[in-house]
Amino acid sequence: MAKVLRWDVMVGVLLIVVFGYGSLTSPSFATAGNLSFALSDLGEIALIALAMTMLVVAAEVDLSVASVLGLSSALVGSLWDAGLAIETIIPIAVLAGALCGLVNGLLVTRLGLPSLAVTIGTLALYRGLAYVVLGDRAVAQFPPQFVSLAVDDVPGTPIPYPVALFVLLAAIVGVVLHATGFGRSLYAIGAQEQAAFFAGIRVKRIKLLLFVVSGTVAAFAGVVFTLRYGSARADNGLGIELAVIAAVLLGGVDFDGGKGTLGGVIAGVLLIGLLRNLLMLGDVSTEIQSIVTGLLLIVSVLTPRLVSLAKPAALLRATSRANLKGSP
Amino acid sequence: MSDAPALALSNVSKSFGAVRALRDVSLELFAGEAHALAGENGAGKSTLVKTLAGVHRPDSGQVLLNGEPVVFAGPADAQQAGVAVIYQEPTLFPDLSVAENIFMGRQPRRSLGRIDRKAMHDATRELFGRLGVALDPEQPSRGLSIADQQLVEIAKAISRDARVLVMDEPTAALSGNEVARLFSVVEALREHGCAILFISHRLDEIFELCQRVTTLRDGEWIASEPVSGLTHDDLVRRMVGRELGTLYPKQDAEVGEVALQVERLTREGVFTDVSFEVRRGEIVALAGLVGAGRSEVARAIFGVDRWDAGAVSVDGVRLPAGSPTAAMGAGLALVPEDRRQQGLVMELSIERNIGLTGLRDLRKGVTISRKAERDRAKDWAVRLRLKFARLSDGVGVLSGGNQQKVVLAKWLATGPSVLIVDEPTRGIDVGTKAEVHRLLSELAGQGIAVLMISSDLPEVLGMADRVLVMHEGRLTAELSRAEATEESVMTAATGRAA
Repeated sequence: MAKVLRWDVMVGVLLIVVFGYGSLTSPSFATAGNLSFALSDLGEIALIALAMTMLVVAAEVDLSVASVLGLSSALVGSLWDAGLAIETIIPIAVLAGALCGLVNGLLVTRLGLPSLAVTIGTLALYRGLAYVVLGDRAVAQFPPQFVSLAVDDVPGTPIPYPVALFVLLAAIVGVVLHATGFGRSLYAIGAQEQAAFFAGIRVKRIKLLLFVVSGTVAAFAGVVFTLRYGSARADNGLGIELAVIAAVLLGGVDFDGGKGTLGGVIAGVLLIGLLRNLLMLGDVSTEIQSIVTGLLLIVSVLTPRLVSLAKPAALLRATSRANLKGSP
Repeated sequence: MSDAPALALSNVSKSFGAVRALRDVSLELFAGEAHALAGENGAGKSTLVKTLAGVHRPDSGQVLLNGEPVVFAGPADAQQAGVAVIYQEPTLFPDLSVAENIFMGRQPRRSLGRIDRKAMHDATRELFGRLGVALDPEQPSRGLSIADQQLVEIAKAISRDARVLVMDEPTAALSGNEVARLFSVVEALREHGCAILFISHRLDEIFELCQRVTTLRDGEWIASEPVSGLTHDDLVRRMVGRELGTLYPKQDAEVGEVALQVERLTREGVFTDVSFEVRRGEIVALAGLVGAGRSEVARAIFGVDRWDAGAVSVDGVRLPAGSPTAAMGAGLALVPEDRRQQGLVMELSIERNIGLTGLRDLRKGVTISRKAERDRAKDWAVRLRLKFARLSDGVGVLSGGNQQKVVLAKWLATGPSVLIVDEPTRGIDVGTKAEVHRLLSELAGQGIAVLMISSDLPEVLGMADRVLVMHEGRLTAELSRAEATEESVMTAATGRAA
């Protein structure tokens, strides 16, 4: 019974309900074409959510991801304009993202600043840099073989390349988070940082690494985004950090750290994606879409608190179990 | 003494779900007596206190105030009736002054509702005078020691005309002097006709302070009797329900090589020029008052704090400053003072906590072997006689003593050559305490060097082969087992010349 009531399982059920509702109300919803589009439209959010999950489990957060995406996009545009080969541009953009992550990480681990504040600051800073790099221009006409990588399906399947990449990375993050010592460390750090440090876990080094990974993934998502739309702009991906964090929290990761599963996050990402898609099909304005994202974020933070009011009873049962077993 | 008890419980039972925390318990507190409440962890002491304080309402039975049945609707109601509870860790407003804390919500007023600070400070001074306490009423409470904060809480209770004072383990975090000062205050209150209910795991304190003692075991009333007719062993037997054997069983072990060497270790403003060594097979105690810098030395040795000068070596290998990971690798283990913040990740299960120190050893390929993780936990749970339902249960459901065993398990599983334990038996019940002592003795017997920080003097004298004493950040004495007595340790700890 308790297993069924788990948050991530409930999000999965909700996902199925939304899917069913969509197929019944909109004839164009449950088609391979639309779903494939919905998935790839979700690609960048999904990729960034993987790295964000690890950060939030460790009780940190990176709000600068959308700006790193924008900066990466701007770099791709400006370097392409300058005549560099796309093969050279992509590593540079991704490296720049890693650097952005390193700056976030150093500010948090060396100076002990709260990541929420640091990354709100760099959210503005990196977006500003993106405008410095590219201004208001849009750069297009990228080589077709690269653009097709970002939009085409893996041959013989209805799965776009970015989605395939997501599946691969999700598998890796899933193993790292749930089956390795590194993953165990993240949960320990998120739940009780001092105790993790006292157990010999290199807390600062791990956190620094997470920020670098987050920046790298965001920059890579920026490359995918640019190629997919065939347009490099400094304001690309504006505001998607909210969708990413909504997906992670909706997936049952505790904002205070220490709790959550990757399965839940994937369900959360898909749920957000389907809802956005349904709203789009229903011709709902972007303002309403934004309202829905915001509400989902609040609901996903609020609900576990309400559930936890029912927790003491469960704890008491566990205590009595321990006592019964313990008494000779 | 008046005829009716100032406060009494009559045949009180209280259950939480399936757990019967109190079964048919009766207790009478008379004006002018200090009454001890004894029992192991989980015996129902906290539930009883909370029932007296109006937090819990009994399922059956009655609370009697001066012989009249009363029902407390909540803590405020109990306070109104003159029942005050002093908890182990007081909750003052740190930014308010001592006087403001005492008169919170009842400040004396001048015209236009302005607070009359002078009257407030005078009243506080008068209260402190009655209690024989030297504190400045205008000082902010931030920075007061726990002992001083408790005195402020007591003053607050007295200012509200409390006639019953319930003290839940008030001495757990106090040093010897502070305990003595607290006791003289309690004694003064008692002579003024207060009824005191006193809870402590330190049996000596019960014998020193109290006239009568009520013992609980597994939620049941065992006995209420005068302290004068009891011996230490009698009381332990009532609490545990069986014979314990000797409480401090340090056996002689073969003393071998130097395992931990600390040379002229200094952390500015915290401790200075600390040098000592611990050999294999030895238990060395680090004694001193709270605040003398003992835990800080341990933290620096283990690397959670940096040191400014000096050196630490384990088995002849020098440690870098400020790296617990390196210290662990060299064979050091630290069972820290603060179990809930530093020792355990409360949200994680028993097995995950025990596995946390061995993430490298538990690897099979790149992933953790769940079986190895479970085996490690099971092995140590059995060896330390841990009481648990499932290894996958959160450590939070365990009692304090069993949580401490999990911390010990997590560190012993690393196979350390030096084990540092900081207050290993604080706040745990007598039965588990004896087990921890036996375990430390066995570990020394197996050739582990043990450094034990303890504020429990009988524990220090009973367990240690050598006693190091610190005072204000410096080592002031090194005493052999034969030289170490309560007096010699306290003399060095208070900085008086030996």
